[in-house]
Amino acid sequence: MEQSIFQYDFIIKGLLGAVFASITAGLAGTYIVSRRMVFLSGGITHASFGGIGIGYFIGINPVIGAAVFGILSALGVEYLSVRHKIREDSAIGILWAFGMAIGIIFIYLTPGYSPNLMSYLFGSILTVSNADIAALGIMSVVLILYFLIFYRAILYISFDESYARTYSSYVDIFKYITTSLMALTIVLNIRMAGVVLVLSLMTIPPNIAMIFTRVYFRIVLWSVVAGFVGTAAGYIISYSAGIPVGATIIFTLVIIWVIAKGISQVLIKMRGRDGVKKF
Amino acid sequence: MARLFEMESLSASYGGSLVLENVNFYVQEHDFIGVIGPNGGGKTTLLKIILGLLKPVGGTLTFNNELLNSNSIGYLPQISTGDLNYPVTAMDIVLSGLMIRKKVISRMTSEDKRKASTVIEELGIKDLARSPLSELSGGQLQRVFLGRALIGNPRLLLLDEPGNFVDSTFENDFYEKLKELNSRMAILMVSHDVGTISQHIKSFACVNRNLHYHPSHEITNDDLLAYGCPIQLITHGEVPHTVLKLHN
Repeated sequence: MEQSIFQYDFIIKGLLGAVFASITAGLAGTYIVSRRMVFLSGGITHASFGGIGIGYFIGINPVIGAAVFGILSALGVEYLSVRHKIREDSAIGILWAFGMAIGIIFIYLTPGYSPNLMSYLFGSILTVSNADIAALGIMSVVLILYFLIFYRAILYISFDESYARTYSSYVDIFKYITTSLMALTIVLNIRMAGVVLVLSLMTIPPNIAMIFTRVYFRIVLWSVVAGFVGTAAGYIISYSAGIPVGATIIFTLVIIWVIAKGISQVLIKMRGRDGVKKF
Repeated sequence: MARLFEMESLSASYGGSLVLENVNFYVQEHDFIGVIGPNGGGKTTLLKIILGLLKPVGGTLTFNNELLNSNSIGYLPQISTGDLNYPVTAMDIVLSGLMIRKKVISRMTSEDKRKASTVIEELGIKDLARSPLSELSGGQLQRVFLGRALIGNPRLLLLDEPGNFVDSTFENDFYEKLKELNSRMAILMVSHDVGTISQHIKSFACVNRNLHYHPSHEITNDDLLAYGCPIQLITHGEVPHTVLKLHN
């Protein structure tokens, strides 16, 4: 009896985690992919590992440390790229490694054994707490509202920033807020997929969606669906085969991407390029 | 005719160096002015000043507020500014021309969408309204971006190098369209491509740090002369062309 209640709780947690991860990753991922910020997001992810290390060291929740590091590095790179003071890709490269270095040093300096280190690097549903799920749930609501209310502003600023400046003086503030939300989304999803794999959770679903559509809000919707299928399937496979969940989710998502790409290629062969009109 | 705006001894700098110096210039209703001059001469800077993207470092720019404010300027930038693989439709782009009248929270109403459809139809790209940008040709893109500039019914239309991405089949249509629009709005068209600049242009402004204005009565079909702006005219014999007087 105890066993089944434990299993039930475990499944509910996994399912909720999959729903919230796919909603947040779908919204954030579409923004990241269409604004060509994938490399920047990689930098933010790895920089936030520094926050995890410091969080361990000073004894606070590592997710809080990661959030602070993630948001600060995101704002820093946006600021530098607005000012054109530095080559953006180099700045991101430095940030990427520096965050990892800080994380490793502080975890090493923390007295005692750190059992959760692997779960931060590669993700583990076992260590995902109810609070983590709740945080992802709140983030889902915040992101949905943010995109619903500011959809047009976000869409147009990402498309053509310099034109947006001709009518709005809020361009920079929007970029800073949206990028901070992206950083926070990445950090909260680290619990699911881990530092090393979370970026794929953001970028593979929009790329699956973009095989079939080139309309922003449809990409978001299909990303959420693809993300949920991949996350839930990966979660079930990982549970039954006893292999790490983060890696299984990413593996499943890539398989979906390959299948989707294959279907679209077959359709193009059968009906010609015009037969697969992007809608 | 009433003046829409007026620049008095205006100077502007860009990236630390003075690009425009002591410019005196105004635009009237129904003007169609070709802004020509060498690359780096300050043509785009002139547009940026009018759009309020750049503040003058000296002199003044005064709008006739009854006729013109920042809401009633339509702007067609050089094509390179947006990411053409970005997932937006032609309709989305045309609608973005209304953002200027909206606050930060910006839902498009069905009235907005109706307006966009009208503009799209008027530009002859009705079938492409729902197409993503990445599937459009240069000439089609041109029309979409022109639609973005026109949807707000501007009093002044600023065009930055529109010849750059026009395909030749659309070029004549485009310039005819401008002539028609000119009955409703003043047009300021930047071009380094003097050879194919529209014959509908009524007057010229030569910008090369300074601005020399050539009103319409000065323009004749005299012999080809070199003038202050280092521009070469390359034309075929049958193409009508315009030669301006030397700057003093």
